[in-house]
Amino acid sequence: MPKVRVYVTLKPSLLDSAGRTVRDSLDKLGFHEVASVRVGKLIELEVEQFSEGRVKEMCDKLLANPVIENYRFEEAE
Amino acid sequence: MNVAVLRFPGSNCDQDALCSLREDIGVGAQYVWHEEDALAGFDAVFVPGGFTYGDYLRCGAIASRSPIMDAVRRFAADGRPVIGVCNGFQVLCEAGLLPGALMQNASQKFVCDHIWLTVANRSSYWTRHVDRVLRIPIAHGEGRYVADEETLRRVEDEGRVAFRYSGPNGERDPRFNPNGSMDDIAGLVNEAGNVLGMMPHPERATKAILGGEDGRLILAGLSLVGA
Repeated sequence: MPKVRVYVTLKPSLLDSAGRTVRDSLDKLGFHEVASVRVGKLIELEVEQFSEGRVKEMCDKLLANPVIENYRFEEAE
Repeated sequence: MNVAVLRFPGSNCDQDALCSLREDIGVGAQYVWHEEDALAGFDAVFVPGGFTYGDYLRCGAIASRSPIMDAVRRFAADGRPVIGVCNGFQVLCEAGLLPGALMQNASQKFVCDHIWLTVANRSSYWTRHVDRVLRIPIAHGEGRYVADEETLRRVEDEGRVAFRYSGPNGERDPRFNPNGSMDDIAGLVNEAGNVLGMMPHPERATKAILGGEDGRLILAGLSLVGA
């Protein structure tokens, strides 16, 4: 069955609280080279057949919120 | 006046809302399950707080796609009163009934406190009885209001900000903003003014024993409709 990977990321202009917390924690572990962390979501779908239009509709209707998020997706093996 | 108090899996302020409306505001109130698809017999809708669907995906995202929300959209389009509190505010934004979104608090901490609220526009259904700065409880982890620049400007220009976080005398200062919301926005209304979303909990401030009764000034309008 075809798999689809949907990547949902916070718009760059928005403060990412989770990303900031992860960055601070990495810094405490000695990874001082990390200037910034952004945390996003990976959503994996298994579909009967891959249709770009249908996946786009899923993203627009539920998987991402266009007010705060961007998304992209790809068919994966 | 009969108010529909919506219930989703994970709602947890539904009982507070029902009690407050019945006992303190003196209006009828009934629970309505999210799988219902009609609001016949109701004069207003209360979308309560909680953690619907465990906040999975995004706060309010799954609840906003429930069958009852199509009915709420029609109800709101008819100009009838709808209020969403806390998670209910998130549900209304996710449903597209209010612009913008609510994100994790800038402090990255859950805040549980009493805050001061200044009414920004008194012409809406929900704000017309608010004649002073209010003291209302908040309890949320994701209450930071955000919108893109154009939306924010439109909301401000149209006077749709209902409430802002402030000091006790209405003064605006970042230290009075508990979550980092843009423009100190604590609540806003739709274009017609009949749909209100707000993070603070007016239904938790309608009895003296709860520490204050300022929430009555927001919910008071309900008891006057049809009177």
